[in-house]
Amino acid sequence: MSEQNEHGVAEQQTHHEEHEHHIVSPMVYLAIVLALFVGTALTVWASYIDLGVWNPVIALAIACTKATLVVLFFMHVKYSTKLTKLTVISGLFTFMALIGMTLSDYISRAWGRW
Amino acid sequence: MSDSPAIAHGAPTEAGHSHGEHPAYQRHHFETVEQQADATNFAMWLFLLTEIMFFGGLFTAYLILRNWYYPAFVAASHQLNVGWGTANTAVLITSSFTMAMGVWCSEMRNKSGLVLSLVLTFILGLVFLGIKSIEYHEKWEKHHIPGMHYSMQNFTDPQSDPETYNEYHDKPMALDMARHTELYFFLYFAMTGMHAVHMIIGIAILGFMVFRAKAGAYTTGHVTFVENFGLYWHFVDIIWIFLFPLLYLISRHQ
Repeated sequence: MSEQNEHGVAEQQTHHEEHEHHIVSPMVYLAIVLALFVGTALTVWASYIDLGVWNPVIALAIACTKATLVVLFFMHVKYSTKLTKLTVISGLFTFMALIGMTLSDYISRAWGRW
Repeated sequence: MSDSPAIAHGAPTEAGHSHGEHPAYQRHHFETVEQQADATNFAMWLFLLTEIMFFGGLFTAYLILRNWYYPAFVAASHQLNVGWGTANTAVLITSSFTMAMGVWCSEMRNKSGLVLSLVLTFILGLVFLGIKSIEYHEKWEKHHIPGMHYSMQNFTDPQSDPETYNEYHDKPMALDMARHTELYFFLYFAMTGMHAVHMIIGIAILGFMVFRAKAGAYTTGHVTFVENFGLYWHFVDIIWIFLFPLLYLISRHQ
């Protein structure tokens, strides 16, 4: 049957683009959750020390590290297709571009004059 | 219209399938199960990107208004309880772990493990909301909910709130700055409230999944639903990972 043949050919052609389902082991999940607990303790501890302008910087740095761990391992992006990786990166890029453009507008107009 | 052939062929009871061997859960517009899983994963991530943009707007508003009305935002954030915030962070991180274990059990076709993981995630989600409601109730009692009954007395006269005053020794604020504390609480409720709405939706779906999992779903090799729900749950966790330091922590030292 011609339909069956087409199906078979298409299957062969697409096979190299496809992705074997990767199973992340519980030990990886355990290591990540422990790292997240350490990060939480660290950020709470750091918040009680007066570091001036560095307090929010350190808090955000720890938060970004924790979020990266969640995205890469809990959300399996480290083991995902290039398409998924590209989607995540492009989303973050767009988000940063939007925040950056908004802030540059505020900074260049009336910063410190409200 | 275009669905009808798929429905005709994709009925689970079909015996002599004309398109070669493939699992019943593979839709006919996909060449392979892997292609179907990749496409679904891609779609889920696109949805999460819209969510990033949605919460991103709130975070940007918080960033700008905090810089504008800095003293008001510092004093208002002293009203939040770091203990409850830390406890809730721990609860949510643990629930992300149990959810990840749920995905693993689904992949391993371990039905009882999956049900246990989903139930634990469900309970931890409820614990998070319980703690959040304790915090909200305190704001209600202190008239810190924006609107008709908002009171800035704790900021024009910090000693009227001895518990917070003894910890931070905030100086009295002039009225024109003190009134901007309402903006902090508006953003606090908007951000944690939208986060809580996502939690409630997640908990509802988890409840549904527990019943489906008990009936044997998700442990037949078709893990897409559990996996994509996991993405959603971890995303909600990530939002909290940013909300917690920005709302509770960055003005602690002042």
